[in-house]
Amino acid sequence: MDAKAYQQTVEQLAPKRPVLRNCLAAFLTGGIICGIGQIISFIFMYFFPFTERTSSNPTVATMVFIAMVLTGLGIYKKIGQFGGAGSAVPVTGFGNAVISAAIEHKSEGFILGVGGNMFKLAGSVIVYGVFSAFVVALIKTILVQVGVINW
Amino acid sequence: MISTIIIAFVVGGLVCVVGQLLFDVAKLTPAHTLSLMVVIGSVLDGFGLYEPFIDFAGAGATVPIMSFGNSLTHGAMAEAEKHGLIGVLTGMFEVTSSGISAAIVFGVIAALIFKSKGKVS
Amino acid sequence: MKNARTYQFASKPSIVSTAVAVGPLEKQSPFLPHFDLVYDDERFGQETNEKGHAYLIEETCKLAIMKGGFQTTDIDLLLAGDLVNQITPTNFAARELATPFMGMFSACATSISTLITASFFLESNLMERVLFGSASQHNSVEKQFRYPIEYGAQKPPTGQWTVTGGGFGILSHFQRDKPYVHSATIGKVVDCELKDPLDMGSAMAPAAFDTIQYHLSQNKGTSYDFVMTGDLGKNGSALLQELIRTSGVSSYLVDQYRDAGAEFYGNNDKFLSGASGAGCSATVYFGPIYAELLKKQWKKILFVATGALLSPLSFQQGESIPCIAHAVELSMD
Repeated sequence: MDAKAYQQTVEQLAPKRPVLRNCLAAFLTGGIICGIGQIISFIFMYFFPFTERTSSNPTVATMVFIAMVLTGLGIYKKIGQFGGAGSAVPVTGFGNAVISAAIEHKSEGFILGVGGNMFKLAGSVIVYGVFSAFVVALIKTILVQVGVINW
Repeated sequence: MISTIIIAFVVGGLVCVVGQLLFDVAKLTPAHTLSLMVVIGSVLDGFGLYEPFIDFAGAGATVPIMSFGNSLTHGAMAEAEKHGLIGVLTGMFEVTSSGISAAIVFGVIAALIFKSKGKVS
Repeated sequence: MKNARTYQFASKPSIVSTAVAVGPLEKQSPFLPHFDLVYDDERFGQETNEKGHAYLIEETCKLAIMKGGFQTTDIDLLLAGDLVNQITPTNFAARELATPFMGMFSACATSISTLITASFFLESNLMERVLFGSASQHNSVEKQFRYPIEYGAQKPPTGQWTVTGGGFGILSHFQRDKPYVHSATIGKVVDCELKDPLDMGSAMAPAAFDTIQYHLSQNKGTSYDFVMTGDLGKNGSALLQELIRTSGVSSYLVDQYRDAGAEFYGNNDKFLSGASGAGCSATVYFGPIYAELLKKQWKKILFVATGALLSPLSFQQGESIPCIAHAVELSMD
């Protein structure tokens, strides 16, 4: 069987991903999650001594807590099937990735299972977040020290 | 206040649309997409663009995963400004990624409480 | 006359009994009346999904043995497999059944690869009763191949749902009024360099086509009530029918064609392209279709089970998805 010819047949016949519908669902889901985040931010700014910039820390932690509850109750995966990137891109998606892996691997015990597998899905985000922060900060530091730019 | 929420909604939604296009058109896995977005957040902060983005969009900029890249880079650069090159390594987790600590803590708690279910709907 | 891949079984080994068990979600299947055991707990009352998977296999095998009027000690050989690493659920079930055991892995085609192998042992007259079949349990398979159950990944329309279910049968010497194995074709690995593990149907269709085409070329003049593939799903089925149509091979098969995966959950869109898993073909072939053959509703059916022979590691390493399809012609006089 000619692989290339068959791949073309697949291109033609296989159901296409509904990109427009997915983008609309992602916009809606992501927008709502960020909107809720904004409201939570305001609550922290109003009732606690947080500013606009520092309120992001407790807000993010709260959203991860919400993700934990939704993940544990089996609700987050339904949001995920509907919203796609709208549920994966916000920090709640990161929480869902870590927490779902933790729950899943409980059967292998807490050390090897939960501890060893927790970052199965989300590990690359942390790894490359740290690594790119290192590279960016390094470049900027060198450029500053050489005198090309200022902090 | 309402307008801030609406801006957060719209900006956050648009960021997620970018992610969805990376899923559906570029056919990247979620792990690839999120790693890319974290790096984008980091680079934007290198150019000093992410903090103004947060000022404008509020939660629309802090809730998406790109803000991890921003806060890690911001911490690294702030320390480097004070202590030179070594600050690049020591500063990273100072401007906390509370999201990461929260995810770990709640992950363990969730494993203690919940069992996974395989229902479709 | 022997061929390289297609074999005729002159002794007509018969499937003398079968048993099918499924989990709670499978209650949504139109085939429900033909499932012997339906469990309300996807873990079958066990602590872990994997233990539940083993329990499913053990209980289904025991039921097949009991329905045949046999004892476990009457079974000469258990040939079975599943989708989990090292087929451990089947291994643990075999430990409990304590019969002579050889595990087999053909991914989702294991239902038929075990039946074909059993047929050779019966044809040789060296064995009397061979227990064959396969099973899958949704949560264990997802953990092995894809994502944690609670992870919010978005499945595309080509995605399929792994069935929680097991189908097993006992093959013995020819018995009148029981469906028998008339002919079988062993599959070869077919790889069209497709890489998307969320679209297995497209990857497996060429393998099904290859086996069907070969089997028909060695069995010219035979007519079937229908051909039923294992789990190509709605998407893969359309592709197979297109391949059949454009090749000019037995065009009537385009109409007399069914797919267990596409039919398993009915027309429910929540299951996307349909069902898959080692249990999908096994439960449908050895449940409703076997029952219909027993009632003489059909005379000759070609079962073509399909399997995608990848692993999560091979996918991460950028490899394509090699697939295989095994075929058995089941007849009822």
